[in-house]
Amino acid sequence: MSGLPRGPTVKKCVKLAPMHHATESGSVGPVVEQFADFHEPFSLASGQSLSGFTLAYETYGTLNADRSNAVLVCHALNASHHVAGTYAQGPVNLGWWDNMVGPGKPLDTREFFVLGVNNLGSCFGSTGPASLDPATGQPYGSHFPVVTVEDWVRAQALLADRLGIAQFAAVMGGSLGGMQALEWTIAFPERVRHAFVIASTPRLSAQNIAFNEVARRAILKDPDFHGGDYYAHQVVPSHGLSVARMIGHITYLSDDDMAQKFGRSLRDNGGGYRFGFEAEFEIENYLRHQGEKFSRYFDANTYLLITRALDYFDPSRTTGGDLARALEPARASFSVVSFTTDWRFPPERSREIVSALIQNGSAVNYAEIDAPHGHDAFLMSDPRYHAFVRENFKQLRAQI
Amino acid sequence: MTGALSGLRADLALIAQWVPRGAKVLDLGCGDGALLEWLSQNKGCRGYGAEIDEGKVLSCVARGVHVIQADIDSGLSIFAHANFDLVILSQALQATHQTERVLGDIARLGREVIVSIPNFGHWSHIQSLLTGHMPVNDRLPYEWYDTPNRHLATTKDFEALLHQMGMRVMERLYVREDTGGEVHRVTWATTLRATLALYRFSGMSSEHI
Repeated sequence: MSGLPRGPTVKKCVKLAPMHHATESGSVGPVVEQFADFHEPFSLASGQSLSGFTLAYETYGTLNADRSNAVLVCHALNASHHVAGTYAQGPVNLGWWDNMVGPGKPLDTREFFVLGVNNLGSCFGSTGPASLDPATGQPYGSHFPVVTVEDWVRAQALLADRLGIAQFAAVMGGSLGGMQALEWTIAFPERVRHAFVIASTPRLSAQNIAFNEVARRAILKDPDFHGGDYYAHQVVPSHGLSVARMIGHITYLSDDDMAQKFGRSLRDNGGGYRFGFEAEFEIENYLRHQGEKFSRYFDANTYLLITRALDYFDPSRTTGGDLARALEPARASFSVVSFTTDWRFPPERSREIVSALIQNGSAVNYAEIDAPHGHDAFLMSDPRYHAFVRENFKQLRAQI
Repeated sequence: MTGALSGLRADLALIAQWVPRGAKVLDLGCGDGALLEWLSQNKGCRGYGAEIDEGKVLSCVARGVHVIQADIDSGLSIFAHANFDLVILSQALQATHQTERVLGDIARLGREVIVSIPNFGHWSHIQSLLTGHMPVNDRLPYEWYDTPNRHLATTKDFEALLHQMGMRVMERLYVREDTGGEVHRVTWATTLRATLALYRFSGMSSEHI
């Protein structure tokens, strides 16, 4: 897989360890990033095209002889191909779904060959706005085309071709990752046996788009944004990106969870109000910290692109809003999971997917987990949630 | 009427006998999925179970039964567009909040409905009431202050409701369950002697069938 010079990225985003910790089951241990280069022109949903691109990916477990045990794990907004395990060198850097993927975990790497791919337009090693445009030798910046969930899935399929995977045993994802799993069953019905669609939605609501828009405005209006070509100015629109992350973060947590973690606690415990606008409440402090941390490792242009991909995703757009008809091509069986306190993509959105699948007579299992953690619950190791995923994988294991 | 359908709980076996081969079935309150699994393996049926209990949901998945975690009182709209041949509600109606509305909703989900209900009019319950206590037994094992059952009815009450709602009853069966888990058909003094009653009915007028 040679060709493009390695590391065409001006500034590669640094993957940070997620907040959760590994559970008692085993870890896949040290893992190695890999890169696949594609030199054919790749046309996008927007009508634009890329002359070629690189995808960063990782694999865990062993592909069996008949290549039937591969599971693709799709990432959401700010994650990457680093799904599980740690890197031998560098700081502590646990994969973002390490509690789900590994030996003895719900997605058991002793049984399945797991593939994590960093999506096109992201900033963790796959070609994105911070990568050098081979045509100019400069970072793509504002010239990087808008990519969609459909584009990502087609790019992932090219990587599957490259790895000799004709059909995935499962495609799995939470949130935006769940959208990709859904899109796989529509775009490549014969290439996916089972789809896990977790804490996801068939389309964003007006409220979801509204939050994305506020986040994007924060970035676009940052004086350091420079129309998206901030790389040349040696700056990053960190204020805008930080605010964008703060907004996003609010939508990932439940009201109850926030109340429990922070309540109305003040940073200055002993004192009263200070009658100013510095971070006075713990929740303000927490959000600022999250925003600033995020702005140090994530690329603002990628944030714009990915929120737009979220906005645009709507398979029923071509079927007059009829989701069942949009899902008609699907041949996969499905596992759908939602979380009761998720107000970003609430259970009602998952039920829409399930209802459409039932209307089509598709095989589907659906769990509605009564978890307190809001949208973020899909990253947590709730025992009921993990038991459901584990049982579904067990069934799948018997079929392949 | 015992041992006809091996491996299936006796009351579920009675329901299974009424299910046409190859039917598209929705089993509301499907428990561990035993009935759906049996119907799939022995009668070529396909369909879904609805179950609220997470442990039972897992059992269904383990059996390969397609299960939707949903509440019968509020979660039926998820099945609204599927046009089932048959909807089964086995000993679960009494636990619903809005029983009449639920019954109407269920009748719209499929061409036919099979409902089984515990008969609250059974003589042992009357005996219990005469001694001053709410009945607690193998079939209704809950104390009055800690029971999922909200709307218990006698067979007569239930039949009156079906009639009032304009349901067309095609078949009914009264049985007595013994402590060994066997069922025995009851043909006389059914309102006093049956512990369980099963009904196959349709909420659609004949031109829609």
